[in-house]
Amino acid sequence: MTSIITRRRFTFGAGAAATLPFAAGRALAQAPFGVGFIYVGPVGDHGWTWTHDQGRKALEKEYGDKIKTSFIENVAEGPDAARAIRQLAQAGNQLIFTTSFGFMNPTIQVAKQFPKLKFEHATGYQRAENVATYNARFYEGRAVIGTIAGHMSKSGTAGYIASFPIPEVVMGINAFTLAAQKVNPNFKTKVIWASTWYDPAKEADAAKALIDQGCDIITQHTDSAAALQAAEQRGVFAFGQASDMSAFAPKAHLSAIVDDWSGYYIRRVKEAMDGSWKSGDVWGGIKDGMVKLAPYNAAVTPAARQAADAVQKGIVDGSLHPFTGELKDQKGVQRLKAGEKASDEMLSKMDWYVDGVQA
Amino acid sequence: MLEWRRRREPSRSMLYLSPLIAVVLTMALGTLVFTLMGYDGIRAVHDIFLTPFLEPQRWPDLGVKAAPLIMIALGLAIGFRANVWNIGAEGQYIMGAIAGTGVALLTYEMSGWWILPAMALAGVLGGMAWAAVPALLRVRLQVSEILTSLMLTYVAVQALYYLVRGPWKDPDGFNFPQTRMFTADQTLPVMLEGSLVHLGIPLALLAAALAWLVLEKTVAGYGVKVVGLAPAAARHGGFSADAVTWASLLAGGGLAGLAGLFEAAGPFGQLTPQFPTNYGFTAIIVAFLGRLHPLGIVFGGVILAATYVGGEVAQTTVKLPQAATGMFQALLLFVLLATDVLVKYRIVRRERSA
Amino acid sequence: MNSVILVSIVMTLVAAATPILLAALGELVVEKSGVLNLGVEGMMLCGAVAGFAVAYGTGSTGLGLAAAALAGIATAMVFAVLTLSLTANQVATGLALTIFGIGASSLIGAGFVGRTIERLGPVFPEALAGHPWLRVVFGHDVMVYLSLALVLAVSLFLRRTRPGLILRAVGENDQSAHAIGYPVIGIRYAAIAFGGALAGLGGAYFSLALTPMWADRLTAGRGWIALALVVFAAWRPGRLLLGAYLFGAVMTLELQAKAAGIAWLAPEVLAMAPYLATIVVLTMMSLRRGAGRLDAPACLGKAFTAS
Repeated sequence: MTSIITRRRFTFGAGAAATLPFAAGRALAQAPFGVGFIYVGPVGDHGWTWTHDQGRKALEKEYGDKIKTSFIENVAEGPDAARAIRQLAQAGNQLIFTTSFGFMNPTIQVAKQFPKLKFEHATGYQRAENVATYNARFYEGRAVIGTIAGHMSKSGTAGYIASFPIPEVVMGINAFTLAAQKVNPNFKTKVIWASTWYDPAKEADAAKALIDQGCDIITQHTDSAAALQAAEQRGVFAFGQASDMSAFAPKAHLSAIVDDWSGYYIRRVKEAMDGSWKSGDVWGGIKDGMVKLAPYNAAVTPAARQAADAVQKGIVDGSLHPFTGELKDQKGVQRLKAGEKASDEMLSKMDWYVDGVQA
Repeated sequence: MLEWRRRREPSRSMLYLSPLIAVVLTMALGTLVFTLMGYDGIRAVHDIFLTPFLEPQRWPDLGVKAAPLIMIALGLAIGFRANVWNIGAEGQYIMGAIAGTGVALLTYEMSGWWILPAMALAGVLGGMAWAAVPALLRVRLQVSEILTSLMLTYVAVQALYYLVRGPWKDPDGFNFPQTRMFTADQTLPVMLEGSLVHLGIPLALLAAALAWLVLEKTVAGYGVKVVGLAPAAARHGGFSADAVTWASLLAGGGLAGLAGLFEAAGPFGQLTPQFPTNYGFTAIIVAFLGRLHPLGIVFGGVILAATYVGGEVAQTTVKLPQAATGMFQALLLFVLLATDVLVKYRIVRRERSA
Repeated sequence: MNSVILVSIVMTLVAAATPILLAALGELVVEKSGVLNLGVEGMMLCGAVAGFAVAYGTGSTGLGLAAAALAGIATAMVFAVLTLSLTANQVATGLALTIFGIGASSLIGAGFVGRTIERLGPVFPEALAGHPWLRVVFGHDVMVYLSLALVLAVSLFLRRTRPGLILRAVGENDQSAHAIGYPVIGIRYAAIAFGGALAGLGGAYFSLALTPMWADRLTAGRGWIALALVVFAAWRPGRLLLGAYLFGAVMTLELQAKAAGIAWLAPEVLAMAPYLATIVVLTMMSLRRGAGRLDAPACLGKAFTAS
């Protein structure tokens, strides 16, 4: 019984939306365009979710009254997500961004029920007519900070606090290490798997353990600024994650990989509003402004600055790819031939480490 | 001066009235607090509490959210009545899902109608096994089941993490920590197309009816009550406290395990590290909302489910942060627990003893 | 392993153990009075956010710590009123308190995300606190020494003082204690307030000392570990100290081993170890005493009404 009512409502609602432009075009043009966001964490995490919410705020600033944004935060990855996405769909949002890998199946599922609405899923690989995917090439940023690390590290050993060995994290570790080895061929990266995305006290202790083991530069693929604070306290260098975290560690913070979703969100909302939106897969990097570098610390030497800028420039103009052959993994397997550049498919399935990584 | 005076017998009218008083009081308090925080308080409370009931398209969501809570709470209530404090239902829920998933992964290449029942059986047994540890320790060694069942929950969570990140990781899943998706034969049939409504929902209601029959109409149910209220009398009456401890922990563990399996083989369709969503702990609260009565528990489960569903509505309509919904849930529980006093006590004018 | 690393490990493990020790010590007193408050995590979070907010606003970590203790007490009082005055179930109320604490701390802290303050520094002068190995003894902040002093004080209080004896009597047999004329409810109020204060301080140790910042759910579940620790320690302050430092040591050594590239147990096995150890300790205690009495307070978790 309820299903009939529900589905009627859906079809009626969707149908009404489709015919309205002809019937009452003026009225609809004035109604704000609804954009919804599903967040995995609280907007106050100052990490992953926070950066997406900055993107949402940029949208509001850009389009003002023309759009209306809303979000649901702290959504558990699983069945709760399907409900939350449906809630945004029923609340009149026409474009919905779901911003965590675990929202993939629920997004696809809800998108089927709302064929007229458009969905964008971050970091996933399943797409549909009305579901696009997007992600950022964070490994490009890793290559830049790896270059800085190669110049700035005296011991030639960096500590890397990582969450889980998924391709995203693995390619970051490799990109960082390869870039540093271009500066210092003996460069080594010691990885601690924290088995969590967020546990500030543990992240800080992991940083301390890495420093104890001779690492004089710390980088991370976990969410909080705790590792930077530990680096500051111990007098070693570190890089921020997801946003400029220099406030937490003014001396240690050499730079940070900044996630900037605002450009992409502004573009996609515009396309959705003018009808040119199409499903697809966007994997944007430094060139697209999706990945940015926070201002360099005064401590970064001129040589390091120059090298880092050159890497950025090379990535932007296409002359440099962080994964270029010849490249062998730790077991001696050749992964890339001389001069060959890693394909996106290879990157998105990466489960091997380059020499110099202790994972 | 007014003072609380203990009633000779719990007030029956208050037993039914106090949850209503609590709901009304929570709505009033919630409106006040949200308004003071600068939100549209009336709209917020309306959206959290009433919208999920007023809009039929949200009923499936209510069912999906309420079913596991009800099923787990039923099992817990049996124990609570007998003074057996199993607070580790979360662990039993997870173990049920793990055991059922084990069967699913073993039968991955097979097909047949028997697979899902086998998974369900494994789920029940998994939950029971996890509850048997506190039962054994309490009966044999007088170790408090409150503590052991709570500790075992964390062990279960870590066991789940270990399995999905290690041996059970989907070989085709790009190293993401999660198992394969279950096949059609391993998934609960969806009862409403386009929703997550699964077989577990009617079964939860059935379980409530059965629990009501057993607790209210059978000698065993009477035994549970007697052991809880008057252990000494129970011994005279021939009821064994040990047997009741075993039975209620196994019932609680079995139902929690079944609920876990339903959740894994239903809405999730796989095991992931995000599988534990505190249903086992929330169910304790549901059991108390329902005054440990099976039908009350159905009511309590639906009310609590509404606050989740409605909380998301309020996030989009009045931009109420999720944390405020959490506060509202806590407020509801506080008020409900507080109004419980009306059942046991009455307010009288204190007479001067001079 | 060289001595520099050894010193560093000790410093890290003490810091990791201190907030858990504080919160667990408070809970120990609460449980000794016969009350089980499962809301430790919620009280810690309220303490953490209040401590940070006040320290940020006033620039004084001392005031921050005071505010954290007060916030912990205030949160605990919600629990006390419900369970003691209104005889609500302790398990359900404690769980509700945790939900409350997570929500309240997130709302209060929303304006403080992304900010930082001066870290709570060592007590002793730099000559001692910065010394290569003397800092093992002198290099800690005030909360470390306070927590150690409190362990001693609580231990003495429970074993050697009359009020301590009364508190234990209330936890062992509330009806008899009431019959003798002790104010059962009043004593439990005091115990719960003490537990709240220490949980608040334990939470503030995160936001003021370990990771001087505020972010949602900053304590990441340490309150539950504190609860386990009380049982692991068999309700004895001395063993609690041992247990907390043991826990800190295991966590720190795990990270050190990983950093050194040593293959170690699966992290999940290590993470479940404290809880399994607690069950084993409980079992061994009762085996040794021949299925007789445990150190667990007899009235733990049961509501009291004067009859």
